[in-house]
Amino acid sequence: MGMPQTAVVVGGTSDIARAVMRALVARRLTRIVLVGRDEIGLATAAKELQTLGPIEVDTMTLDVTDLGRVGAVVADASARLGQVDLVLVAAGVLGDQASVEHDPDAVARVFTANTTGPAAVMTAFATMLREQGHGRVVVLSSVAGVRVRRANYVYGASKAGLDAFAQGMAEALRGSGASLMIVRPGWVATRMTEGRDPAPFATTPDAVAADIVAGMERSASVVWSPRPLRLVFAVMKLVPAALWRRLPG
Amino acid sequence: MTNTATTPDGLHGTRRSLTGWGRTAASACDVVPVRTAEDVDRALAAAAAAGRGVVARGLARSYGDAAQCAGGIVVDITGLDTVLESDLDAGLVRVGAGVSLDSLMRAFVPRGWFVPVTPGTRYVTVGGAIAADIHGKNHHRDGSFCSYVTRLSLATPAGRLEVSPESDPDLFWATAGGMGLTGIVVDATLRMVPVETATMRVDTERARDLDDCIGRMAERDGEYRYSVAWIDTLSRGSRMGRAVLTRGDHARLEELPAARRRDALRFDPAVRVRVPATPPSGLCNPVTVAAFNELWFRKAPRARTGELQSISTYFHPLDGVGAWNRMYGPRGFIQYQFVVPFGAEDALRGVLTRVSEGRMASFLAVLKRFGPADPGPLSFPTAGWTLAIDLPVGSPALSPMLDALDETVAGAGGRVYLAKDARMRPDVLEAMYPRLSEWRATRDRVDPEGTLVSDLSRRLGLVSSPRPRRGARRGRARSSPKAKQSATR
Repeated sequence: MGMPQTAVVVGGTSDIARAVMRALVARRLTRIVLVGRDEIGLATAAKELQTLGPIEVDTMTLDVTDLGRVGAVVADASARLGQVDLVLVAAGVLGDQASVEHDPDAVARVFTANTTGPAAVMTAFATMLREQGHGRVVVLSSVAGVRVRRANYVYGASKAGLDAFAQGMAEALRGSGASLMIVRPGWVATRMTEGRDPAPFATTPDAVAADIVAGMERSASVVWSPRPLRLVFAVMKLVPAALWRRLPG
Repeated sequence: MTNTATTPDGLHGTRRSLTGWGRTAASACDVVPVRTAEDVDRALAAAAAAGRGVVARGLARSYGDAAQCAGGIVVDITGLDTVLESDLDAGLVRVGAGVSLDSLMRAFVPRGWFVPVTPGTRYVTVGGAIAADIHGKNHHRDGSFCSYVTRLSLATPAGRLEVSPESDPDLFWATAGGMGLTGIVVDATLRMVPVETATMRVDTERARDLDDCIGRMAERDGEYRYSVAWIDTLSRGSRMGRAVLTRGDHARLEELPAARRRDALRFDPAVRVRVPATPPSGLCNPVTVAAFNELWFRKAPRARTGELQSISTYFHPLDGVGAWNRMYGPRGFIQYQFVVPFGAEDALRGVLTRVSEGRMASFLAVLKRFGPADPGPLSFPTAGWTLAIDLPVGSPALSPMLDALDETVAGAGGRVYLAKDARMRPDVLEAMYPRLSEWRATRDRVDPEGTLVSDLSRRLGLVSSPRPRRGARRGRARSSPKAKQSATR
């Protein structure tokens, strides 16, 4: 239920975000604002969505690490739609662990892109949704933040921060008419992971999108994609460190 | 969920998270209680001045999002609860819009007058009954609620208006079933119907499948004032649509046993049990519901005539269970109700097949026959078959199924009941309500600025120009000049 008719996507060129938009346009989504860094990528994403039906798609450029612009862009995107039913926060970078882990500036940039920027965006939208009295924030977190691994701890820790922030915001929004859903996908075959070896339970953007839509139907607070990862990570959290560091992948 | 802040307009409102009876689609609104007609005028004027949306709310028995306005003002009219005048010779009563059918029955059944139309619950207000132009089990014979409203007082952004079917037929009938979007009903005059007793005389029979059921109804409904069929949605195959029909009329005095004749008009129903705030989960699943339905079907006699039942047993069985809407758990439920014209029985069969094959656990599925429509352009009842089905939310298959059912219903020339709706796509609305533009034209006459807004009207684009209008903008300057431009687009 509560299928959105209007949506703002932050990280509008993300493969998962585009799959979610396609799935929702098939339901009743008709007006979309795509926000992202890459103007050309946004135009391509907008064009793709417009082939699906008579829908309005607007694009706006924003780098979420440009914190000074976040408030204005959120206000503008909201005004364009009038009523915002859905805010999908999909901005983020993977970062190459080997090259960033010895570079303080690079580590800081990953955290700004994955944690600080999205948290600022969510804060601006949450304030707007409270006033509006309805609407849903959907945040793309990651299983990488559930238990951080040596192989990608910079990315994992940045998502862990975002995930924790989102959990708190979800509680804060209770009773406001607005709500928040956290999505924890596993390894997804996207441009972000291109050229890397898939992890167990690898999935696709369309499968993640289907899980997200199903989660919205049942007003879930957390969506794991694919769903078995919820159990897998319940176990993973209990695995002793000595064993955890030996696990492949 | 409440906080006690006063709304910035100086109205004494409380921010609350509201849902309809189905407990889906919550939104937060500033709820402003009213006690007098002047309070209503003030609330409307304040909302208009602040550029905020406003809609009335009564006992919140509409299932979806009709009686809430996210970020806007919700006028709680249950305080308009006075019976203002009554003429017991003519059966005419003038009542505040917040008076419930329950209080009307308690006040007037003992004096020999019954409400002209009652839905499956007594806990609806007169204002809500008008806004949804409600129907009962007697629609095939007596029509819907607004046919018994002789006049009403309507608070609109254009001022308070005295409206009757004679003085302003367009506005009167736009208000009938207008979902509160033509104004806030302040009081209304109703024509009650005379009864000799507070008892119903009921005939019960079983139907083995859908065809048997609609055959029995089409053949003999005309002999009864009230008629309804409960349908077992979980029976499949050759038994699909098996049903229990209960039809009857008010018992006449001489039909009561002698001992009960002296106190024949006594009416004193009570709530027997309440569903706790957090009911045990997993109560409603295909297994428990199939067992319940089997029991319910078997419990009904194959055929029994002339049984005497109380008004509440016959009309309002669920009113005996407080907060029964909690049964379906925290995600709530949808009541899907539609009507298809006579001759479109295939569409009815198609919907029921899809629901029973989908194994959606539904205790309550009710089939009725509607008589001719009244003149309301947005009024739901129109001649044909109407089916109402309760469906728990949670299955990812539910909303795609309902979207497909909408297509079937619209394609058959039917419509979905807006007072039950929480999820329909806006693009099927015009096909279902072909007189929408006529209704909009009348509505715009009394609310040119679009002050009357509900979550339902926004979601379905009911009001002509769905311009960006946020309930709670509160006049804060927007941060960029570009935003201003786009807001006026």
